[in-house]
Amino acid sequence: MTLELRSIRKRLGSFELPQLDLTVEEEEYFVLLGPSGVGKTVLLEIIAGLLTPDSGQIRWRGQDITTIPPERRGFAIVYQDYALFPHMTVMQNIIYGLRSRGVGRIEAIAKASQTAELLNISPLLERMPQALSGGEQQRVALARALVVSSGLLLLDEPLSAVDLRLRQRLQREFKRIQQQTGTTFMHVTHDVDEAVLLGHRVGVMLGDRLRRVGSPADLFRKPDDPDVATFVGMRNIFPVNDYEKGFCRANGVRIHIGERAEPYPHIWIRPEEILLSREAFESSARNQFPCLVDDWEFQDVLVNVRVRIGDLTLNVLVTYGSFEKLEIERGGKLYATFKSSAVHCF
Amino acid sequence: MRKYRLSLFSITFLLLGSVVLAFIIAPLARLILAASNQELGQALHDAELWSSIWLTLRAAAAATLASTFFGVPLAYLLARTRFPGRAVVLGIVDLPIMIPHSAAGIALLTLIGRHSVIQRATEPLGINFVGAEAGIALAMAFVSVPFLINAAREGFTAIPDRIEKVARTLGASRTRVFFTISLPMAWRGILSGMVLMWARGISEFGAVVIIAYHPMTTPVLVFQRFNDYGLASARAAAVILILVCAAGFSILRFIARPARTESL
Repeated sequence: MTLELRSIRKRLGSFELPQLDLTVEEEEYFVLLGPSGVGKTVLLEIIAGLLTPDSGQIRWRGQDITTIPPERRGFAIVYQDYALFPHMTVMQNIIYGLRSRGVGRIEAIAKASQTAELLNISPLLERMPQALSGGEQQRVALARALVVSSGLLLLDEPLSAVDLRLRQRLQREFKRIQQQTGTTFMHVTHDVDEAVLLGHRVGVMLGDRLRRVGSPADLFRKPDDPDVATFVGMRNIFPVNDYEKGFCRANGVRIHIGERAEPYPHIWIRPEEILLSREAFESSARNQFPCLVDDWEFQDVLVNVRVRIGDLTLNVLVTYGSFEKLEIERGGKLYATFKSSAVHCF
Repeated sequence: MRKYRLSLFSITFLLLGSVVLAFIIAPLARLILAASNQELGQALHDAELWSSIWLTLRAAAAATLASTFFGVPLAYLLARTRFPGRAVVLGIVDLPIMIPHSAAGIALLTLIGRHSVIQRATEPLGINFVGAEAGIALAMAFVSVPFLINAAREGFTAIPDRIEKVARTLGASRTRVFFTISLPMAWRGILSGMVLMWARGISEFGAVVIIAYHPMTTPVLVFQRFNDYGLASARAAAVILILVCAAGFSILRFIARPARTESL
């Protein structure tokens, strides 16, 4: 294991980061996901050594580094606003860390040139930061951090200041560089898509607490926390009001869930596993309800249709083809059908 | 081409503003125009005047340089750290602006006067304060150091603290960050603070005259000539001092002017 946070706590004025435990593995791309104001940056700055935790321990490759100052830890931070040194050229920015560690000028320039090549910024080396575009500045900030990296890089919302298309390109680039260099990346973001795209594992911080750590697939296929599930944008999560053998009641609707060992407080009905039809039909699926169309929104490849079964509003994902064939209109009557296996209990 | 539309708003504000400008410019212009060529000619060859100007510039510069050495670290601490009693420290820094300068001179005199502990300690080293250049510089420093510290503090505050944090994580010690990042980025603020402080030091009369009537700084000389010989005699000295200062500050302000492409 590479980085280990044990029972970290920190209070800053009225803000408090309650006890937190986390392990990040060697060569992992770890994404810490959470809304703003939850303390993600504070956590990164604790790892970097810019803040000292009130209690707890930070271990790096087995060694306790809790009290080691940032310049001796070597975990460079990349901030959202790049924080390039405005009075230095790109080259001077990149070699700054190496020079601070006593690397000779010639060697530093050679290393910086290599890193610049990796990031495709070689033609920019003599420019001043003010003369660079946002994407270029971001690459320079990344190069400046990578060139001194001793195995762990800290990225604080590094892509939230660039526009969508550039962000997607840089995301792919971050992924490539992480793989190519084998550096452990700890990346903080509030963007769910970014977290899922980049992270080998994703940690979700909500309400000042690390609520869940797992692979992106687990995050979406096996929710275990309704707040986390809602935060990552999952729909059709309902509290269970009533429970009887093989069935549960959610918002007054009796849903067949099959044999489950014990009662669960929540169910999640997978939106892509619900079928809409104009007529009722014979099916092995045990859940079939008449419903009314509320509204819908077009997504990139599917349409999210909201239908009401009594007091229960269900999101259903259908293809554009089905959307047209069903002649969906507001207030229209349809049937929603799903198997008990489409219902996840947690 | 850009068109300026004169609204009632802009006319009103321009008029109000020009009253202030006229108020500043009128006495100075009147003074310079009133001095006859003959007066000025005499003043130009007035050795006493020139040595007083030289003394004034030198003492103010010494006060500024010494205060920069001690004051910039304080300005940095005030800009970058939050500690209990910080508000009190900020108040202390501003104190010399608020107290009457004659009172400041008296206060200083009680500290460094002929029979004070400090004077007795420095006397064997040949350092005298009362009636000496060191005392003049101290009086100037006392009344003008707030300008330096406040300007430097604002210069440091304007640096995003993330820039310094990044430098730390890249491997730079606090000292290195200060000298390679903070100081180069704040130098304009510090320099304009130094210019302000120097200017304020040169113009100081109240505190200086209490510590040292002799050797005479130019403000004291102007006062003495006005008292002893009348307006005409004081006028020429005043004109020369104003011209020398105006030239000096124009040059320094030009050096410390904000760069046009500072922001991203």
